Amino acid sequence: MSDPSTAQAPAAGLPGGADAALRAVPRSGWHVATVAATHRETPNATRLELEVDGWPGNAAGQHLDVRLTAPDGYTATRSYSIASSGPGTRVTLAVDKLPDGEVSPYLVDEVRAGDMLEVHGPLGAFFVWSPAAESGDARPVQLIAGGSGVVPLFAMAHAHGQVDDPTPFRLLYSVRTPDDVYFADELRALAEASAPLRLDLVYTRRTPDGWPTPAGRITRELLEHAVIPATDRPRVYVCGSTGFVELVADWLVGLGHDPRSIRTERYGGT
Amino acid sequence: MSFISRGFSGRSRERDDRLPPGQTLVHDFPVLSAGPTPDIDTADWEFTIRTESGVHRWNWDEFTSLKIDDVDTDIHCVTHWSKLGTKWRGVSLDTLFEDIETEQDYVMAHSYGGYTTNVPLDELLDGKAWVAFEYDGEPLDPEHGGPARLLVPHLYFWKSAKWVRGLEMMDQDEPGFWEQNGYHIHGDPWKEERYW
Amino acid sequence: MQHVDGNSLAGPLAEFLAFDVTMATARCNGCGDTAELARAMVYTSGAGTVVRCRSCGQVLATLVESGDRAWIGFSGVSAIEVRRPGS
Repeated sequence: MSDPSTAQAPAAGLPGGADAALRAVPRSGWHVATVAATHRETPNATRLELEVDGWPGNAAGQHLDVRLTAPDGYTATRSYSIASSGPGTRVTLAVDKLPDGEVSPYLVDEVRAGDMLEVHGPLGAFFVWSPAAESGDARPVQLIAGGSGVVPLFAMAHAHGQVDDPTPFRLLYSVRTPDDVYFADELRALAEASAPLRLDLVYTRRTPDGWPTPAGRITRELLEHAVIPATDRPRVYVCGSTGFVELVADWLVGLGHDPRSIRTERYGGT
Repeated sequence: MSFISRGFSGRSRERDDRLPPGQTLVHDFPVLSAGPTPDIDTADWEFTIRTESGVHRWNWDEFTSLKIDDVDTDIHCVTHWSKLGTKWRGVSLDTLFEDIETEQDYVMAHSYGGYTTNVPLDELLDGKAWVAFEYDGEPLDPEHGGPARLLVPHLYFWKSAKWVRGLEMMDQDEPGFWEQNGYHIHGDPWKEERYW
Repeated sequence: MQHVDGNSLAGPLAEFLAFDVTMATARCNGCGDTAELARAMVYTSGAGTVVRCRSCGQVLATLVESGDRAWIGFSGVSAIEVRRPGS
């Protein structure tokens, strides 16, 4: 054992499964993105279609960093979840405008087709879903979104629909009003696809006309009824503001979900 | 690869002759912290100075009964913002060290929440530093270090430890939290002592 | 100040480290909790990034950046488990 290079465990001794996500994740790097199209997603958010030179593709749920540079050399960098996945150089973002933001108002209101952005990615192998055929994990999947936290979860639901994956998928989406729903048409289509997504919407401020329940925040009781039960051992992905994610994750553990099966992504906020 | 983003300027960056090199002026009061904001009741608060000969303690009532100074000073954060003419009230370190004899020349400031920062003792005396508990006529907000923070305005503002709970005298200068993790051991804004 | 989580470390650290930190498992040398760094609490300000243990709040790691320089500290971590890419 004097030579450390001979003291390694054989590769076959490494546990499999958990590292499948790592294999599925391409190497990150800085790229130049050209804005191909912009589209007003909600009154407060813009969808950006980017054509990214050299983009290696990305797994569903990953994010990228956008760096902006001012004429005096000042730079600002922020992270955004990617709404698209798979191979290819086309990347979709949906950016929510933060009231005091420095970067998001620029991306939401200022950027137009033809503009160039510096992006770094794809990033993160933790908050990622890959099809059962790749991950070897066919447990049902529960997605829980608060507001713009739906973006990486939409990427997962969309990827699931595209590959005809047999894994049951369910999305619980908490949103202020019907006007604030991201990817409304796409989600409706996914709910009707051959590998269906079950969609549960919760409106916190205003519901559509004729909605059976009044507007209000997610409660523990509602969560218990609108998520795949712990006894079915689902994999759970939660994304939203820090307060939302921590409240929901605590309730899930209280409802018997295995903390190791809950993956969370917090974007801060209030 | 970097290029200018069309139409992007970011928040305004205002220059002023009174500012040290590399600084821009702000009018708000940005918050910098390395962890959660501690919630400290003044009933539980105490301030200590630990020397080779023992520990000196003040509770909140004893502390606020000491001679209180009004301080009008500029502050400079290492993240390139400065704020001019900030108004504080607090107890001068000269007052706190009045009855303390020590041969040790260096200080580690300790905060509720675990933050530390180091300052040589002679940079805290002769009217250069305070433990401040009022800002702009109001009790110091927890976000900005309340109930009390160190105020060492001639050094970068990370030296002005928020939620300060005591000073520990040391024989040698040793790095505090940020100083161990990339920031300058001394931190003079006029010399741009930002990093190692 | 509102924290985020270790997912946010992916970009800043990918510039310097050859492995994805969000899936790297770190052991807190304060309380012994072992978890993917994505599960850690992250406090970011202009001064730098501070990564804290989700269980005991101890500082696990720090990142300070200035131009092309970075200081990466793992003061509160006893070890990090990483996977060999492509294994």
